[in-house]
Amino acid sequence: MSERRRPGRGTYGVLAIPVAVLAVFFLVPFGMMVAASFYHRIEGGFYEPAFELDSWSRLFSQVFLERAAFSIGIALLAGALCTAIAFPFTYFLTRMGRRWHVALLILVLSALSLSEVIVGFTWSVLLGRAAGISNILVWLGLMDEPVAYQPGFVAVLLGLSYIAFPFCVLTLYPSLTRLDREVTEAAQTLGASPWRTFWTVVVPISRPIIMAGFLLVFVFTLGSYLIAAILGRPQHWTLSVFISDQASFNANVPFAAAMAIFLTVLSLAVVGVVILIESRTRRLA
Amino acid sequence: MDARGGLRLEGLVKRFGEVEAVAGVDLELPPGQLVSFLGPSGCGKTTMLRMIAGLEQPTQGRVFLDGEDVTGRPPHLRDIGMVFQSLALFPHLSVAGNIGYGMRIRGRSAAETRARVDELLRLVSLDGMGDRRISQLSGGQRQRVATARALALEPRVFLLDEPLSALDANLREQLQVELRLLQQQLGISTIMVTHDQREAMTMSDLVVVMQDGRVEQVGPPLDVYRRPATAFVARFIGNTNLLEGQVLSDGRVRIRDVEFEFDADAAPSGFDGDRALVSVRPEEAHLAPGEPEGPNALGGTVVFVRDLGELFECYVDCGLDEHVVVAGSPRDRIAVAQGDRVTVRFPREACVVVRA
Repeated sequence: MSERRRPGRGTYGVLAIPVAVLAVFFLVPFGMMVAASFYHRIEGGFYEPAFELDSWSRLFSQVFLERAAFSIGIALLAGALCTAIAFPFTYFLTRMGRRWHVALLILVLSALSLSEVIVGFTWSVLLGRAAGISNILVWLGLMDEPVAYQPGFVAVLLGLSYIAFPFCVLTLYPSLTRLDREVTEAAQTLGASPWRTFWTVVVPISRPIIMAGFLLVFVFTLGSYLIAAILGRPQHWTLSVFISDQASFNANVPFAAAMAIFLTVLSLAVVGVVILIESRTRRLA
Repeated sequence: MDARGGLRLEGLVKRFGEVEAVAGVDLELPPGQLVSFLGPSGCGKTTMLRMIAGLEQPTQGRVFLDGEDVTGRPPHLRDIGMVFQSLALFPHLSVAGNIGYGMRIRGRSAAETRARVDELLRLVSLDGMGDRRISQLSGGQRQRVATARALALEPRVFLLDEPLSALDANLREQLQVELRLLQQQLGISTIMVTHDQREAMTMSDLVVVMQDGRVEQVGPPLDVYRRPATAFVARFIGNTNLLEGQVLSDGRVRIRDVEFEFDADAAPSGFDGDRALVSVRPEEAHLAPGEPEGPNALGGTVVFVRDLGELFECYVDCGLDEHVVVAGSPRDRIAVAQGDRVTVRFPREACVVVRA
């Protein structure tokens, strides 16, 4: 039996710093937010310490539940769309020659340097009527006159997926790089065309990592705020937009706090359910 | 009717950028036999196998399978079975799922697949293990699954790329025998890549020794051992003494001041005065006391004696560039000590002239 060295005092000292940072800048504010969600809101003003469930009961209004369902729905859709594009993309990227491989990877990663604001407004121009892609379609004779594709549902979905795409690629990249080339070759020597190899070997082997990429995009887009605000109408707003709307414009901090906590719990719940389903189906397989 | 799986390679060349991995190989491999590609790493043997499998396209040359040109055919249409060095089992499938993969891809019925999988599990002594996950298997069991999977579709050619390299030495020797018996039982045309000469000697009907992308020698293992064509083959397959001398006009070779005679199939092909290398295995040479007389014997001084109990080795300085090694079983041991003058005899039938 090998004897493991117990961590010394120095190890705990190093750990103390991030723990303290997390406590001060995450746990304390989160606790304050939980408290604020029970406070009493003063109409047209601020809020005062109290213990009432008004803000929480508002969560069960139909309007709010619809918003919540919409937010989760669009985040799930963006996750699915993004992963569906990013997985084959990343797979073929890792099978390419070195030069193309690196060039494409840099291109994808450079999209990360763009801020959400720039991405939002760029898409709003691209999808708009004045200078958008519909003008190209008109020029090609495929359309009679330019139209605006934003604000709208598809515009929000596209914007969210675009923002999340590099993150999704980065999640998939390490494990796809390590995927043993001989495994796909073995499938081919057993009679599987490259296409069938992809579906019967590459995808099933990569299922855990596909799930991880999907969840990352889901959580990321559920918390996204600017894209929906720029590219959507109010009915396309995500919960995050509502939260900031309540906090900054309606000055209803208790309700915003209740919604924020709800959003956190909700995304954790969805992640938990997906992981549960994933592990169950894997055990049955 | 079992003459399937004959292979012919014509002028096969493979370049990777500047590097020439395979530098022009012509080979005719008979069906139903186990042929080993043997050589050090980087000699091009794996690249050859991959070109036969269709996983690599030759830069030049053609591959014929049973007389049919399959050079441009992708691997999934080639009717081959292959065991990879990493084994490349599918981690998401059970043992039965792995073995039956090819049959499902070919659209065979579930019942037919199950029957064939059971048959193969018995063949590789894994009965009742079909439901196991790959991660639950030992190294030897994984190797057997990979073998069964590759054989499931009764391929025309069975390809093995260093199939036992991941196993420890004892298990490897055991599986070498098992694989060879299986191959003989099925009579399947098999090509194996290995860098282990013992493995090649144990398993093969025919050995193809390769170096630097070229074929050095082709022949049955013992022939290659007894009559190596080149100095490289002589050194790579077993140990040898290489004695340098000069070819004489009567087909003999003079080493120092002693003349060496040869059997007809081992004699020098060069001309009078050419430099010649003579290979003699250490266990074929033997020691005698006193000064040498007659052909095929050199006098020398004992430099070192290594007595391992089961094996006896004596290093003798015969005035050549390298010490001559004489090896024998304990029965051949004679009383020699460091510094003794001895005669080393090289029996005529054990001497082979090799190309440098």
